[in-house]
Amino acid sequence: MNGSLKLDAAFSALADPTRRAILARLAKGEATVMELAAPFEMTQPAISQHLKVLESAGLVVRRVEGTKRPRHIAKGGIEAMDQWLAMLRKALERNYDRLDEVLATMEQPRRREKR
Amino acid sequence: MSKLTLKTEGDTHVVVTRRFVAPPEIVYRAHTDPKLLQKWLLGPEGWTMPVCINEARPGGKIRYEWTNGKGGGFHLTGEYLELEPYSRIVHVERMHLPNPTPDNHIETRFDADGTGTLMTMRMTLPDAQTRAAMLATGMERGMEASYVRLEGLI
Repeated sequence: MNGSLKLDAAFSALADPTRRAILARLAKGEATVMELAAPFEMTQPAISQHLKVLESAGLVVRRVEGTKRPRHIAKGGIEAMDQWLAMLRKALERNYDRLDEVLATMEQPRRREKR
Repeated sequence: MSKLTLKTEGDTHVVVTRRFVAPPEIVYRAHTDPKLLQKWLLGPEGWTMPVCINEARPGGKIRYEWTNGKGGGFHLTGEYLELEPYSRIVHVERMHLPNPTPDNHIETRFDADGTGTLMTMRMTLPDAQTRAAMLATGMERGMEASYVRLEGLI
């Protein structure tokens, strides 16, 4: 159940507003820790800590470019979350499809007499 | 028509909406009558709800027990806080897996939508971490996806 654990980590990672903002920024393109720290009024170590959480959740990956380590969005991780939510929707939909059938067999409430 | 939406809101909410052809009174009854709940609130094929306690009054108890008939199962307990027939239900619930999950506070509205109903279920979890855990694992079982192999997804 590795996948499940990773999803758990991914949803937990997204529970933090700063990390969501970091992801939103990375969605626009690669950025270094320094570039990421600037708009957040946070220290670089604090940003690095958030990045570490996002990386271990499989949502962000780093690239090596000389002395720089630019981060970008891990497409696979985001897609996995998307798929997961789609699956939850589908699972719920099965219950409600069944409810549709139950509703169809129930008596309709008496209609108002005036038409 | 694509009828169901499921989305997160803020840090602690999950909002589910669904439209029904039947009017609010009927949909409300299907959510509060144990005999009817046992017909649809079931999860994956093969699962049943042999125990369904649903005392639809403020302070009334909720207890649902599901089984897959092969030794697998779990249950949910809860309490009703407010009921406004046939438009609104407020209750809390927790899943026992087997340890109880933190309380999920749920407001369900049934609004007339033409001749049908728009149901809006707004869940409030105690904190962002709990919501994350529910989305990732709790709903997996509670919302019937437990049998899906995740390995294939990742």
